[in-house]
Amino acid sequence: MSLKHNIVIVDYGVGNTYSVSNAIKSLGYNKLIISDDEKVINNADILILPGVGAFEESINNLRDRNLDKILNEQVLVLKKPILGICVGMQLMATLSEENGIHMGLNWIEGTVKRLELSQEFAVPHVGWNNISVKQTEPLFIRTPVDANFYFDHSYYFDCEDKYVSAYCDYDIAVTAAVQKSNIFGVQFHPEKSQTNGLKLFRGFFNSI
Amino acid sequence: MLKKRIAASLVVKDGIVVQSIGFKKYLPVGKPDIAIDFLNQWGIDEIILTDISTSKNHCDPDFEMVKKAAKKCYVPLTVGGGIKKIEHIRQLMHCGADKISLNQSALFDDKIISEAAHVFGDQCVVVSIDGIYTVKGYKVYDYYNQKILDISPGELAKRVQGLGAGEILINSVDRDGSYFGYDIDLINSICDNVSVPVICCGGARNANDFIDVFKKTNVSAASAANFFHFTEHAVNITKSIIKKDIEVRLETFADYNDSSYSKDLRLNKKTDEVLENMLFVRIEKEVI
Repeated sequence: MSLKHNIVIVDYGVGNTYSVSNAIKSLGYNKLIISDDEKVINNADILILPGVGAFEESINNLRDRNLDKILNEQVLVLKKPILGICVGMQLMATLSEENGIHMGLNWIEGTVKRLELSQEFAVPHVGWNNISVKQTEPLFIRTPVDANFYFDHSYYFDCEDKYVSAYCDYDIAVTAAVQKSNIFGVQFHPEKSQTNGLKLFRGFFNSI
Repeated sequence: MLKKRIAASLVVKDGIVVQSIGFKKYLPVGKPDIAIDFLNQWGIDEIILTDISTSKNHCDPDFEMVKKAAKKCYVPLTVGGGIKKIEHIRQLMHCGADKISLNQSALFDDKIISEAAHVFGDQCVVVSIDGIYTVKGYKVYDYYNQKILDISPGELAKRVQGLGAGEILINSVDRDGSYFGYDIDLINSICDNVSVPVICCGGARNANDFIDVFKKTNVSAASAANFFHFTEHAVNITKSIIKKDIEVRLETFADYNDSSYSKDLRLNKKTDEVLENMLFVRIEKEVI
């Protein structure tokens, strides 16, 4: 287990960056920085794209800070591992239908759509839900079977089944986690899912 | 399956968590960061921190207090009190808040709700409504001006949902700190009017009150303040009882699955034989 990784939480203005940083630091990773600075991001071994925000505001903030270009270089060319959380994962999609059509980073082909559910299912989908894991490595290698994670979202990532590593049942099969080579994303909030979330972070960092 | 949430409300006054009774009397409990640390270890599903001194003192949210309190909070933290502009929300998110709750602004400033939902997404915006029973039915109580408004909590909930609120937190002024159980009619008047998740608060005395409210209403979460503060393992013990009737998350090491309870839901002492054996059980600290 190496605690020496340079982990950078990408700050684009609307994420709950401090929560994510608290959770990861509690695992002993002290070389962790919250930043939107190009030099710092270039120096990272692992990137985290956190998220609590609306899609439009988030993607505009990324572009305003030129972070889309910087991240494209780091993730698509240099193949650095990145974990997107909640809207941070949704930003990786081709486009989103949240408040109009907005183009995403297009790292994983798919569309972010509103949860259209039967009446008895409240939207947003808020709370602790168990997930069914399709692909254990690397995110779910340490988490228990049927683990609960904290979800809080009104939109979900609709993408090809081959990219989905876990689903969550909430009237429909909601994409709970995605992965495509060095790109990873989770719809739930591992930083707010107590021990299960910390185990997910540990599994992810250990795989690198 | 989505679990029903058991939340804790922390009412903070001048930097100290207080026990609130009827929105009038306040007894000191302790520091917010220590309360959160314990609740987190006992497996609470969510924490709602409301700073009631901000409106009285006309000040901004106490960012330092939130930052300190959030440090050991590995469950969702909703922060309310003193939020008057988008910049406050942004700053709170940088201090460890995951959601924010609006109360006064919901009454007098529609714009902040829609703007917050637009920037942070509707899932981040909780609107907190204080309901009180009057001869003309349930009405909204304006805590700051200590006035009863001529609008029902149901109507207000419907309106703020239209503006972009992602969750409604309904507090009962009458039941606050009373231990009389949740105000089922008040809570139903909200659930019938909105499609977003509803959190109820005010009056819980023990696990039976949670079971009752989950059976009789459509709430997604039930919150308690006072009764979680005064017993060791209050959260996991309560959840172990609720779990027999309602799906809740119980993932703490101490799950009390084999415990028995007295009529008033206090833990029974285990037999001497069991206790004797427990002396030799070694509990390793979980390595994550």
